[in-house]
Amino acid sequence: MAAGDCTAIAEILRNQARGTMSGKPKLHYFNGRGRMEPIRWLLAAAGVEFEESYLEKKEDLTKLRKDGSLLFQQVPMVEIDGMKLVQTRAILNYIATKYNLYGKDLKERALIDMYVEGLFDLNELLMMHVYLPADQQDQNFANMMDKAENRYFPVFEKVLKDHGKDFLVGNQLSKADVQLLEVILMVEEDKPDILAKFPLLQSFKARISNIPTIKKFLQPGSQRKPPTRPEEVPDVMKIFDP
Amino acid sequence: MSAKPKLYYFDGRGKMESIRWLLAAAGVEFEEEFLETRDQYEKLLQGGSLLFQQVPMVEIDGMKMVQTRAILSYIAAKYNLYGKDLKERALIDMYVEGTNDLMGFILMFPFLSAEDKEKQRAFIVQKATSRYFPVYEKVLKDHGQDFLVGNNFSWADVHLLEAILMVEEKKSDVLSGFPQLQAFKARISSIPAIKKFLQPGSQRKPVPDDKYVETVRRVLRMYYDVKAN
Repeated sequence: MAAGDCTAIAEILRNQARGTMSGKPKLHYFNGRGRMEPIRWLLAAAGVEFEESYLEKKEDLTKLRKDGSLLFQQVPMVEIDGMKLVQTRAILNYIATKYNLYGKDLKERALIDMYVEGLFDLNELLMMHVYLPADQQDQNFANMMDKAENRYFPVFEKVLKDHGKDFLVGNQLSKADVQLLEVILMVEEDKPDILAKFPLLQSFKARISNIPTIKKFLQPGSQRKPPTRPEEVPDVMKIFDP
Repeated sequence: MSAKPKLYYFDGRGKMESIRWLLAAAGVEFEEEFLETRDQYEKLLQGGSLLFQQVPMVEIDGMKMVQTRAILSYIAAKYNLYGKDLKERALIDMYVEGTNDLMGFILMFPFLSAEDKEKQRAFIVQKATSRYFPVYEKVLKDHGQDFLVGNNFSWADVHLLEAILMVEEKKSDVLSGFPQLQAFKARISSIPAIKKFLQPGSQRKPVPDDKYVETVRRVLRMYYDVKAN
């Protein structure tokens, strides 16, 4: 094991004692959606103000790694409550629990986790689309839309239909609702009529979008990021290429 | 009436293996139904048992749970393997996500061509020894405790042991630069519930072979080529 690794990891553990200047969570990522976007959504839904530090070139990532800030040398990383949290799900779980968006007991947590994991699988397809080689994009697009329409959205339509309540789990807002809204809006960017067969998801979308914190996040000027355009892909790849 | 959890998956490791490990570590007996034919899978689908049409699926406490992480989190919380507070949970989640990424590189291994297998083997060993093992080595060195988080046995310890053993199957001396992990491995392996799981005849599954690959492809009609990382 290289000496550099020891130093880096020692730094991680020392840095955990320090916090951000403002006390607000601080997000480290490139200026785009990627794997950080669900975290932005959840913080926003919880009404938590946050700062962002954008990676713009490879050197920015290298510096974070050398500083010992990235446990597994990867972003997303979020400085929060004296910790430098990495791994998207770990970060989301922490935020959800802290801000009461994770259900009231173990069984509600299980439902929320199942729903969110399903949505994450769909999100993975959406997120990687723009980074695929041109000759794979058509097939991926068809697969994305097929999965949204036949595997994922019918599940949530049925959940809402069966219990007739406003939120997916336990009659209160949770990270499952936030994640579902995020995914619906992303799919609609590619296929605006994707909800044509899902009346309850349509009203869900309207209802959740109207929650004040979420409504604010959906307005221009918020920290919500636009989709990454194909012409931006080379610059993003440069940051992360080995 | 508390029935044993029942696992629905192929007779092999795949995504279900971490669940078998965690149940075993918690001392929970479980049953298994192995998917061998397409018909069985379609029956499960038609019966509405698979929320997103996928396995793993685990019947537990009146629920038909799907999604590996959801199932693991539930088991960890239920059997007190998830730390004592929010910050310990955050550490456990981070560590488990890391080991999960590492095991993800191994998950696809049986499906690769012979040539890609060699490339992937090198990739797995490189990532294990440069990105993942050093982290856990340092965590153990710094706090000097027996377990990764909170001086208590947790899901993070089980998951790391599982990952270590899987990487060792690809390169038997992979822990040679990691004395803390060697001691950790010995220590966690001798916890009675885990020791039992590591013995022949347990429900732990062997290294996946061509028969396993064939079964998965047949049941899921997954005939596309899988590429190396």
